[in-house]
Amino acid sequence: MPKTKAKTKASLSPFELAKSRGFQALKVYHNMVKARVLEERLIKMSKSEDGYFWIGGPGEEAFNTNLGYLIHKGHGLDYDYMHFHYRQSATLLALGMPMIDAIRQMNTKVTDPFSKGRNFVNHFVKNEWNVMPVTSPIETQYSIAPGTAWAQKKHGGKGITIVTGGDAGTAEGDFATCLNFSSRPDMELPILIIVTNNKFGISTPFEQVHGDRVIAKRADAFGIQWDCVDGNDTVASYNALFEAMEYVRFSRRPFCLEAHVSRLHGHSSSSGAARIQSETDCLEKFESFLESELLVEKNELQAIKAKYEEEALLALKQVREEPYPDPSTIFDYTYAGEM
Amino acid sequence: MATIAQAIRMALHTGEEKLGVKDIFGEDVGPPLGGVFTCTQGLKTTWNAPLDERGIVGMAIGLAMAGNRPVAEIQFVDYIFNTIDLLKIAGNTHWCTAGDIEVPLVIMTPVGSGIHGSIYHSHSFDAIATHMPGWKVVLPSTPKDVYGMLISSIKDPNPVMFMYPKALIRIQGEEKIPGEPEDPKELSRMIDAPVGDRSQWKPLWPTISDFEIPIGKAKITNDGTQLTVITYGRHVPICTKIAKELSLEGFSIEVIDLRTLLPWDKEAVFESVQKTGRVLVVNEDTEVTNFGEHIIRSIIDQCFYHLTCAPKLLAGVNTPGIGLAQVLEMEQVPQEKHIKLAILELLQTDA
Repeated sequence: MPKTKAKTKASLSPFELAKSRGFQALKVYHNMVKARVLEERLIKMSKSEDGYFWIGGPGEEAFNTNLGYLIHKGHGLDYDYMHFHYRQSATLLALGMPMIDAIRQMNTKVTDPFSKGRNFVNHFVKNEWNVMPVTSPIETQYSIAPGTAWAQKKHGGKGITIVTGGDAGTAEGDFATCLNFSSRPDMELPILIIVTNNKFGISTPFEQVHGDRVIAKRADAFGIQWDCVDGNDTVASYNALFEAMEYVRFSRRPFCLEAHVSRLHGHSSSSGAARIQSETDCLEKFESFLESELLVEKNELQAIKAKYEEEALLALKQVREEPYPDPSTIFDYTYAGEM
Repeated sequence: MATIAQAIRMALHTGEEKLGVKDIFGEDVGPPLGGVFTCTQGLKTTWNAPLDERGIVGMAIGLAMAGNRPVAEIQFVDYIFNTIDLLKIAGNTHWCTAGDIEVPLVIMTPVGSGIHGSIYHSHSFDAIATHMPGWKVVLPSTPKDVYGMLISSIKDPNPVMFMYPKALIRIQGEEKIPGEPEDPKELSRMIDAPVGDRSQWKPLWPTISDFEIPIGKAKITNDGTQLTVITYGRHVPICTKIAKELSLEGFSIEVIDLRTLLPWDKEAVFESVQKTGRVLVVNEDTEVTNFGEHIIRSIIDQCFYHLTCAPKLLAGVNTPGIGLAQVLEMEQVPQEKHIKLAILELLQTDA
């Protein structure tokens, strides 16, 4: 069933409503710029000797930044568990990841805190924050996420599980698995099932290979509430995420949220990663909004971007000097504990 | 003596009571059935999963990542194949995350032929399971080993593929599990669910310790000096019987029950081969890229100058499935007559 709209004060604009729920426009903007600058730096690295394959999330900064700021960050069942895909840099930055850590992973250095040079860029993990491993298969997280959600359901408290994936990944059975395992009678799970719909799987348009048009509507068949939001609208994204997460957190039931987002540099470096001008840019859109609301001036915007560009460049220079993993360590961590 | 089905049940009960197991799940695992082989009858934390192997394995991974110790069942290993990429994730997570995330889960699943299971109830999984580093892979053959190795599997911080030979599930063991009643009928009265209405039935669990049989340690089931038979699962009792019979004819055959396939007990195998110089590996998986080929390659690498003749693998024939007709299965999976013939041929091969 579509989400029941929360009763709100009719007089509040979406922006006023978001602010009343904790939305901090300039803080969100800073993170969005930081994420964009980081991704642009990573793309440049993929085209040089500083890295190999790039895949990431430019175009999803609005939605993913808000998600990061709304997450209850911590370790263990009382906090939120995250099962992300590989377009989530803005979320990790909002959670507090230093920009340099993603650059370390791109540069395959042993200082890469996520995998010590073993995994692709934007394949994050951080147990300390309940960030479960990002993996390259585009669907498996939808089957795994009910596990942490079930542990949280049994534990009680207010921790929830959040799983994200793209529109193409919902063709896999794992998406149906997630909906089914999350909605079993008397075993409903506190899980927010997110689809960031950028309308493509690599080069294949969603509409060419799918009969359905509203992915989140599949949740209807399972009795799961759902909603769709324009992921390029920063304020609307915040409100949609806030309402969905509040619903899951307090009802201890699942919710499915589909966000329509842009893919500003294509699927990955495999398709060239050039900027696609025809796609809506959430960052430019939010800049216009901030200017119209007189929250910031043009020159300030430029200064903010310059600041993060300098941080990224300095980080790269530092990372270049850091060591690669020692080949003698290839067997390390194959098993936990003593063998 | 307990059966493998009873041993699994008792180990899982110990897991629930002493080892923090809070979820035992899979298709038909919970009440009223308690598993198609009755391995999960009477337990406290069982529940029926949707008929969705990917969901079952994914749920286990998620629970393990959240710090739980889940035990999930795939009803027949024949139905595990659509979970391969999830199994790979369970096995590679600790390596990929440089030790940040552990995945302590147990997938238990019956394997192999021997119950007229035809094409989709007779699969082996040895070769594929052992192609997933990061997993521990065990295949015990006796109720006592099943009990002790399931305890070890639950305690292990890694994903453990706990396979058990479906042909032996109802065979009573020769060794008693410490604490089980002397009379097997008494054990049955205590922990086997009655036929019919079970809604009011509760098991009476015997007091059994959480004794472990370590993962990675093989067992010699028959001492010998002339030839080493390396096997596991349903072929252990067959090979042991043949060795004992041939000892009456003056032959001295050592039989090793490998018990663990990953990591396997190279020390025990090499020590035996260096003593006997002759090797037969027996299993029921199909023979091409068979796990036994890896064992033989390792023996050649490490024990070449101790060998008196070429090592031999006796495995399932390389067909797409096991035929239902008895005469087909008997020719597709090594039987007593095939094994005995292979042993005698090896013993008669000149150095």
